[in-house]
Amino acid sequence: MYRVVLTVNGVHRELEVEPRDLLVHVLREHLSLTGTNVGCDTSSCGACTVLLDGQSVKSCTILGVQADGATIITIEGLAADGELHPVQQAFHDHHALQCGYCTPGMVMAAVSLIGNGEATDRAAIRAGLEGNLCRCTGYHNIVEAIAEVAGSTS
Amino acid sequence: MSATETWGIGAPLKRKEDGPLLRGRGTYVDNLDLPGTVVMVVVRSPYAHATITSIDTVAAKAAEGVVAVFTGPDLRDDWKAAMPCAWPVTEDMKSPEHFPLAVSQVNYQGDGVAVVIADTRAHAVDAAELVDVEYEVLDAVVDVAAAAQDGGTLVHEELGTNVSYVWPLESGTFDEDADVIVKHTYVQPPLIPNAIEPRGVVARPEPGGEVTLWSATQVPHILRVLTAATLGMSEAKLRVIAPDVGGGFGSKCDVYAEELLAVAIARRLGTPVKWIEERSENALATIHGRDFVTTLELAATGDGKITSLRANVIASMGAYLQLVTPGIPLLGAWIYAGPYAIPNYSVMFTGVFTNTTPTDAYRGAGRPEATYVLERTMDLLAKELGMDRLELRRRNFITEFPATIASGLTIDSGDYHASLDRLLEHLGLEQLEAEQQARRDRGDVKQIGVGFSTYTEMCGLAPSRILGAIRYAAGGWETATIRCLPTGTFQVVTGTSPHGQGHETAWSQIVADQLGCDPSEVEVLHGDTSISPYGLDTYGSRSLPVGGAALWSAGEKIIEKAREIVAHQLEVSADDLEYEAGTFTVKGSPDKEMTVKGAAWAAFTAHNLPDGMEPNLEATATYDPPNFSWPGGAHAAVVEVDTGTGDARLIRYVAIDDVGTVVNPLIVDGQVHGGITQGIATALYEEALYDEDGNLANGTMAMYLVPSAAELPSYELDRTESKATDHPFGAKGVGETGTIAAAPAVINAVIDALSHLGVTDIQMPATPERVWRAIEEAQQ
Repeated sequence: MYRVVLTVNGVHRELEVEPRDLLVHVLREHLSLTGTNVGCDTSSCGACTVLLDGQSVKSCTILGVQADGATIITIEGLAADGELHPVQQAFHDHHALQCGYCTPGMVMAAVSLIGNGEATDRAAIRAGLEGNLCRCTGYHNIVEAIAEVAGSTS
Repeated sequence: MSATETWGIGAPLKRKEDGPLLRGRGTYVDNLDLPGTVVMVVVRSPYAHATITSIDTVAAKAAEGVVAVFTGPDLRDDWKAAMPCAWPVTEDMKSPEHFPLAVSQVNYQGDGVAVVIADTRAHAVDAAELVDVEYEVLDAVVDVAAAAQDGGTLVHEELGTNVSYVWPLESGTFDEDADVIVKHTYVQPPLIPNAIEPRGVVARPEPGGEVTLWSATQVPHILRVLTAATLGMSEAKLRVIAPDVGGGFGSKCDVYAEELLAVAIARRLGTPVKWIEERSENALATIHGRDFVTTLELAATGDGKITSLRANVIASMGAYLQLVTPGIPLLGAWIYAGPYAIPNYSVMFTGVFTNTTPTDAYRGAGRPEATYVLERTMDLLAKELGMDRLELRRRNFITEFPATIASGLTIDSGDYHASLDRLLEHLGLEQLEAEQQARRDRGDVKQIGVGFSTYTEMCGLAPSRILGAIRYAAGGWETATIRCLPTGTFQVVTGTSPHGQGHETAWSQIVADQLGCDPSEVEVLHGDTSISPYGLDTYGSRSLPVGGAALWSAGEKIIEKAREIVAHQLEVSADDLEYEAGTFTVKGSPDKEMTVKGAAWAAFTAHNLPDGMEPNLEATATYDPPNFSWPGGAHAAVVEVDTGTGDARLIRYVAIDDVGTVVNPLIVDGQVHGGITQGIATALYEEALYDEDGNLANGTMAMYLVPSAAELPSYELDRTESKATDHPFGAKGVGETGTIAAAPAVINAVIDALSHLGVTDIQMPATPERVWRAIEEAQQ
């Protein structure tokens, strides 16, 4: 077991993890943060996307021990003081979720995309979402939601 | 605008379901962490066809954390019946005995042979590696058409054939002497549904011998009945809960081995058992869709009137018959003529076994397969006739409703010309054709094409009598209960089981519209057999056409009883009351009024009810639909094809759908978006690839191309509306329309883009390699 120190959703955490534990397992099983979902085993679907030191990462692609010292925000930590984050609100307003399983990862990827100034237009949003799969929405309304928050005009 | 227009039927109400899902508070099965839970991992066959010669579990049982290991023979006596197939489509249909773990032979790659139960998932996975299974490998049957031939390898030796059934439907005689006959054979490969949430199960034994089963399922009610039957336990002792379910698309409309195993083992061990499917496991062990080889013939007069249709379908069942596997082809059997009036009609289905993952319902289930071959052949026929492809469609559209079609069913309503007219208003076909010609003239490496699909389909499953006539084991009704609570809120219990379709929102709108309340005052309960003892769940675009109608009927009963209460309280005749949007008024005395909520309070206190009336205002209705639901419409795809690389990209997609009355346009558009996307994926990207030994070659999301946002355009949607006359408020199903319409539109567009090069056919999915080869072959 290895000792790992993380700041997760603003809370200081010290954990004993196995070397083989993926970050997503640390979040889900050690910290009971089950909002981050697992949808595949090849880092293809993006359902497990979280923010690590401000950037979106698929939490199945790194080991818990590799995240030692990092600041992590999961879907549970996005709504400040109970108010939905603008991206969450836009997903609600545009009906950008159906079954909701890809949604936490999709929202975190969108937050990162917008934060990095990469959501310049719909084509850029689509390219930026390439690593996040949704089977319900056909992405149409997800793109609309992100475009609204990013102020994309085309 | 009246109050109900802002949030009743027809309003774009934002979904009630969204809050918890957006905040990461979904209740998906994998999030359930019950005390004492042990984890189940399934040991699966690496071979598609093999005899099990021995299984050694000694090392696995001794591994760290392992609680138990069970093989097929170990559990054989736990099963009081084989795994269920609810649709024996013919009297002599052949079906192999199928148990949750193989007993002596494996018949597809992924067939379960043992389970390991351990304290943690990691320990269970590690120990599963130690289960030593010896196999004697047999030749595998993979090709659908070859499987149907006599004399080849048999999947199930004991059946003496690979043919499960032959099912014909014939009306009239094919006109062999017609002016024009076109005939073409189409391959529709197997597809992996890929709901983003894999399947998952938790079974908890309760102190009194009951079991609670949480499952990522579309069908908690059906699952309860059939799990109880398979295990020989009382249905009343089994509670099935479908919590938040992360998509289904038909793949979770089944009774799976792991559900039965979890219940059986939880009962044996007396502790909760959890199984969560891995994605690569999902590709093997969750049903596939499609896998049809179809030959379609159309006969027509020289001026384009189609006189006859004949379809010969060979459909893969996969290795076993799952819940409704043999019935999937039949769900398309009545609509091979689509929206066209074709008097002579004959279709024949041959269901065959192969050493591949069992097939079953995948979005559209039988109807995309029918619509694809029809709409492809319509383009071929137009070409043969030298007629405009849309003119050919228009010349054959059914125009008078109700329309009894040659296959024997009756389409209650539709207006296919209106949908096509609307499509052309949006499309700008002339400009597209001008652009196409310009690119052809200058020999542009990137060519564009426009493809069409006009369709109708039968959904809203289904009238019980018809289901009985075609040998389906259950009915097609749905139930709903409305409880008018004393404080003026409403509790709805529905037998439908949503997994993304927004029933909580839409059902609230229906009640709000009918009983005059705010949707926020309606609580919708679903997906738990202890609160909704009856129900037939969600599949086949049935929830609104059947479940919504049941809810409406329950509302009518509420209004009827409330009317008696109000008449009594206001001391007037019930006939003198007028009702609108939750309020009763007295004719001629507009100041005298009372609401449904007021009646609910009066019914609760029961101080002053009519003689003999039971207290409380609550109603349950069970609705058996008089007909299927018949949505329709017209879709167009615009593709750009790189003739150098063969890469086909969708650049526009315009969809006009007629789904009758729309309860919530946000939700309806969302269903269409998602449906279209799965149809596009079928046309361009997706195919489960098996090698000749039956190994699934692309069973991961890294290899199987579920399209991302980057591959797709935004969509252009509009609607026409012809209300369903066989539905209390005119609604039709919408869950599968997009998938049914999209694939032929896209392939027709790809062929249109390349028609000047001589390309007339491309097999789905139109991968760059297939497109490139089609161009090369046409050029030779």
